[in-house]
Amino acid sequence: MIKKVLILGSGALKIGEAGEFDYSGSQALKALREEGIKTVLINPNIATVQTSEGVADEIYFLPVTPFFVEKVIKKENPDGILLAFGGQTALNCGVELYQKKILEKYNLKVLGTPVQSIIDTEDRDIFVEKLKQIDVKTARSIAAASVEHAREAANKLGYPVIVRAAYALGGMGSGFANNEDELLKLATNAFSYSPQVLVEESLKGWKEIEYEVVRDRHDNCITVCNMENFDPLGIHTGESIVVAPSQTLTNREYHKLRELSIRIVRHIGIVGECNVQYALDPASEDYRVIEVNARLSRSSALASKATGYPLAFVAAKLSLGYGLHELKNAITKTTSAFFEPALDYVVCKIPRWDLSKFSGVSHTIGSSMKSVGEVMAIGTTFEEAIQKGLRMIGQGAHGFVGNRDIVVEDIDRELSNPTEMRIFVIEKAFEAGYSIDQIHDFTRIDRWFLQKLKLIFDLSKKLNQYKTLEKVPDELFRQAKKKGFSDFQLARLILKPTADEMDDVSFEVRKYRKEQGILPVVKQIDTLAAEYPAQTNYLYITYGGKKHDVEFAEDGKSVVVLGSGAYRIGSSVEFDWCGVNAVQTINKHGYRSIMINYNPETVSTDYDVTDRLYFDELSFERVLDIIDLEQPKGTILSTGGQIPNNLAMRLFGAGVPILGTQPTSIDRAENRHKFSMMLDGLGIDQPKWEEASSLEDINKFVGRVGFPVLIRPSYVLSGAAMNVVSNQEELEHFLELAAKVSKKHPVVVTEFIEQAKEIEIDAVADKGEIMAYAMCEHIEFAGVHSGDATMVFPPQKIYFETVRRIKRAARKIAGELKISGPFNIQFLARDNDIKVIECNVRASRSFPFVSKVLKSNFIQLATEIMLGVPYVKPSKSIFDLDHIGVKASQFSFSRLSKADPVLGVDMASTGEVGCIGDDYYDAVLKAMLSVGYRIPNGNVMISSGPMRDKLELLNSARLLTEKGINLFATRGSHEFLKANGIPSTMLHWPDEGVAPNVLDYIRNKQFDLVVNIPKNLTQGELANDYTIRRSAVDFNIPLITNARLASAFIFAFTRIDMEEITIKSWAAY
Amino acid sequence: MKARLILENGMEFPGTSFGSESAMAGEVVFNTAMTGYPESLTDPSYKGQILVATYPLVGNYGVPGEETEQNLHKFYESDKIAVQGFVISDYSEAYSHWNAEQSLGDWLKSQGIPGISGIDTRELTQILRESGTMLGKIVFEDQEVEWYDPNQDNLVGMVSPKEKQVYGEGKHKILLLDCGVKNNIIRCLLDRDTTVIRAPYDHQFNADDYDGLFITNGPGDPEMCKPTIQSLSKALEADKPIFGICLGSQLMALASGASTYKLKYGHRSHNQPVQKVGAERCYITSQNHGFAVDEKALGADWEPLFLNVNDGTCEGIKHKTKPFFSTQFHPEASGGPTDTEFLFDDFIQLIENYKGK
Repeated sequence: MIKKVLILGSGALKIGEAGEFDYSGSQALKALREEGIKTVLINPNIATVQTSEGVADEIYFLPVTPFFVEKVIKKENPDGILLAFGGQTALNCGVELYQKKILEKYNLKVLGTPVQSIIDTEDRDIFVEKLKQIDVKTARSIAAASVEHAREAANKLGYPVIVRAAYALGGMGSGFANNEDELLKLATNAFSYSPQVLVEESLKGWKEIEYEVVRDRHDNCITVCNMENFDPLGIHTGESIVVAPSQTLTNREYHKLRELSIRIVRHIGIVGECNVQYALDPASEDYRVIEVNARLSRSSALASKATGYPLAFVAAKLSLGYGLHELKNAITKTTSAFFEPALDYVVCKIPRWDLSKFSGVSHTIGSSMKSVGEVMAIGTTFEEAIQKGLRMIGQGAHGFVGNRDIVVEDIDRELSNPTEMRIFVIEKAFEAGYSIDQIHDFTRIDRWFLQKLKLIFDLSKKLNQYKTLEKVPDELFRQAKKKGFSDFQLARLILKPTADEMDDVSFEVRKYRKEQGILPVVKQIDTLAAEYPAQTNYLYITYGGKKHDVEFAEDGKSVVVLGSGAYRIGSSVEFDWCGVNAVQTINKHGYRSIMINYNPETVSTDYDVTDRLYFDELSFERVLDIIDLEQPKGTILSTGGQIPNNLAMRLFGAGVPILGTQPTSIDRAENRHKFSMMLDGLGIDQPKWEEASSLEDINKFVGRVGFPVLIRPSYVLSGAAMNVVSNQEELEHFLELAAKVSKKHPVVVTEFIEQAKEIEIDAVADKGEIMAYAMCEHIEFAGVHSGDATMVFPPQKIYFETVRRIKRAARKIAGELKISGPFNIQFLARDNDIKVIECNVRASRSFPFVSKVLKSNFIQLATEIMLGVPYVKPSKSIFDLDHIGVKASQFSFSRLSKADPVLGVDMASTGEVGCIGDDYYDAVLKAMLSVGYRIPNGNVMISSGPMRDKLELLNSARLLTEKGINLFATRGSHEFLKANGIPSTMLHWPDEGVAPNVLDYIRNKQFDLVVNIPKNLTQGELANDYTIRRSAVDFNIPLITNARLASAFIFAFTRIDMEEITIKSWAAY
Repeated sequence: MKARLILENGMEFPGTSFGSESAMAGEVVFNTAMTGYPESLTDPSYKGQILVATYPLVGNYGVPGEETEQNLHKFYESDKIAVQGFVISDYSEAYSHWNAEQSLGDWLKSQGIPGISGIDTRELTQILRESGTMLGKIVFEDQEVEWYDPNQDNLVGMVSPKEKQVYGEGKHKILLLDCGVKNNIIRCLLDRDTTVIRAPYDHQFNADDYDGLFITNGPGDPEMCKPTIQSLSKALEADKPIFGICLGSQLMALASGASTYKLKYGHRSHNQPVQKVGAERCYITSQNHGFAVDEKALGADWEPLFLNVNDGTCEGIKHKTKPFFSTQFHPEASGGPTDTEFLFDDFIQLIENYKGK
């Protein structure tokens, strides 16, 4: 009998491994706890739901690496381990533990799929051989152990070929090569991730189809879902628009691939869940298996949400030895878990990219993943689902049509070389008169999808011919709604208002259609297409029906919580934690919770977390549709990040009761002018700023405050939206290249204060009075976005007077805005002078971090305040803590080819970890190791930038030398170190082309760590620095670009040894 | 063109016509499969019925051509569309597939079968689930039609052939009593080295020369097939292997003296779970039936072979000692999952065992 199980989490969110593993891990933990099994979780991602109280019995915020896992095993002595719920990170760690015989040593049983089966799917040669044994076809592929070998392989297969690194997540280091040149480049890069590189026949243009398969120990198999990629093979499934179920497959094709999936899963010996990906010839029934993932995956999370089948929960139960037929269908509660869901709707997943946050990044999408999040839209027509989805991704689109501001220079080129804008290019192509066949020839997207998009396009043209709502025939209006047109799109197409009138006119459309009785209906996702009665609360909204599946109590006992939407840079799993905690608090106090969210990677969209889940848009229109039907007690906006906050004023205008801080106060904090005036009134300092509409204005402002200044354009031409410029030349350069400045498109110029500390306060107030607060200090000086900065809680190195002043200012602001609920204020501090940078009247990114370090749930408190129920004011203060939390950021630069891996005023990190230590260095070290840094023991490269950073790094350099580490430095840094008595080896700059050259050392992977501090804060960086940074990332060498962070890390690992790092569970603090 | 679906309880569902504009009546049933409309529509078991697809997007991949292989339609389950009408939510006017020769709408039109789209098929399904299968009709503005209750007719007699036909030249001679056979049953048998003698349902076969007897699927109430039950009773007295599918299973039960009953709304889907009695093995099956065997009424020599995991209904029976077995589900799939095709191998094995004796 298994009594105690260890689960490995996936760590920080990164491209290719994101929130889906919080969802699957949480479900697995739930399944185990239901059996009375003790659970131990290792996951440094402190913002997740799975690392919350009551989810696992013991939680360790430690790196998911064999070293730390072994320590925890030793301490906890579990008898079983689950490897399938923490993505590739957990899987790789498990394989290593197995190969090092650590699992054996501690007599630890792997539950579910055996490790050998995992290895069989991960090692390409074994995998191909395995499938050959059962007559299943794989892409012709040759494993290569060297670049030369890869070249020979490509010649044998014939170009084009695909190159991929074995054992790499999300297709890292892979791509298509059309010729030898491209092959050599790709292969060299791929070998930096993996000792084995695969060269495969290219199946570009084939359909890409996936199956999610489940098998129990009795050999019972089901396929829970199949999915079809809108984008053909060649574009990573994580980069593709995906629909479920498949749309263009006949019964024969569907079931042929299904049968093969089951054959594969049986032969490999999966127990639990598995994903099988196919390429299917668009002109015959020929196929190839592309890959098999013997674990829960992004696709399985999507399949769970698409079907209502709790894959991770069931997989966990199966790993304990249950048979599928012994488990119940969690939705109907009466039928069996051994069945295959029948959908009576279509779902559409669309990736969310944030490429514009990065300078220099390539926008082409292909065989390696770049997207940071995704949305899932549900509809009864494909047109409805895709239009919903395109709005959900939240990048300004209103659907497939009705978008402005999209400029496509060369349609042919963009169609054949897809970027993240590809679907909008198709719309432009229709506009330019391209036929479906022409577009198909460029894109290889199946004509069926293009035909459907064309229907939307044609409909928009029809609508565009009308000028008043009354003239539009009822049937056309209804058809448009069925095809997913929003009130906004209809307003723009029919009434053609100006930008200023847009909101009002959209509301007119709403009023009109309500008068005409054109209303959507609420339908259930019930897994059996209504064959059996279901009490499920998993809902979506559609115009493709006439009758609601559910009834509405309208008793004022429900509370709506708005979720946070697609994960994106700046808003991810931390807001899911906030939403889930709000919902739990609502339920605890006897109200019914209603969640609106559309992100399939989240726990908040798990249907048994809330009383009602609307898997639908967070648009003004849809939220109002739901509020009209549910008539809740109120709506909570403050736990879902910025999306709900942006709806505040419009919901207020529509008379929707908002719980917590009132929208007028939210507006006073969000509107730069109002907020600034308020601060002036309160006597609180802020950096000087001005809204400028010409270069002269800017120059006048700079004349007053001096360089550097921060520039925030309202209209961005290319690259990052914000920038710091240090001199006139940079200013003009930036305005010329990257941003427009005019009356219509003003820029905000702000004084940029250097060498200032950044301090944040996260707090909860009740009617303006602060009830709980937590203060965090950034390790980096201001200038690094707060989402990228490394945070220390409680602060270690700030003056008491600074703390007092911050508290006083926060109290004044909370009082003035009559805040009820969560809020966050960011301050600059230098010599006890504090300035407010911004105030968010909502929960912030760091709420889970401070709540968990302090062990005081800020969201629970905030929700109780917003509900108006009795609450206990926490007595704990930060001064009572005898441990320290450090939150560090995870970057995914390795995925973003060509992006400059440098930190700046715009956020670039994709995730974070939070670790707790007995002291500062203990916590820093855990956090840094958790985001992938390794402790160097051989060579460290330093290129230390401006003088003040050189000084900052001086002590660190000395500590490294004392530890016996060899220092390498570029000329300036070398001279500086020499002058201070520290030995280092001088290396030439990349462009000098002279040996010893820094680039050769990087390429030969001779460094354990590269510290490269940019010379200034502009993006127009010297090419050499860029080359060093980028190559470090491309060759998988840890890189630090901030001197203060480098010091903190170096101090930490030179002070304490790996073996001295404390291994303590959260509960032990 | 506007069309309406009218149910016998008086409810009306307005929609748009996408098939033939000819009013038709029948019994309204729903199927929750997500693929396979060409297969479903040509399945003779649907004779007399108006089919509702719960999956909303239909017509996506068009309809394949009329090629034949071994004298059987390669892509259809019989020679023509069997349903009285087709009710869906969202019709895909344009289609895309390498194997498509025409649109679904054109195909329906060419065979005089109405299709109606724009229906809230989920609501309709809930009604059928709650009230049970009921009569219905698809009508047009200027066209009405009388109610038609197919249960009053001998549907099997309408779909069964009038003449014998022989397929293949394999070593095992299978006598197939055609009560409305799906072509894929014949294909599955032919793939296993057989000669299939396809005979009318009322053919008195007891004197024929054959190695194994196959009783096919078919439409309607099994009790209508009196002549089949009679000849089958005789066959059960002998020892030659018998395999029955769907209606065939019900007929075997009746011939053995057991009874059948009508389900409230039947099983019509590609995702029905069945478990082998006495084992942990389960299978996902394709099903299309409105009647079921009452396993409590089985004689002492018989036992249930499979049970439905969802509702516990009988999904197949077997004789305790003789080589007779049946399934309520469709091992031949088409459309649907192919998990249980091995049962055809089992049947051949029984024949070989029998011949070896």
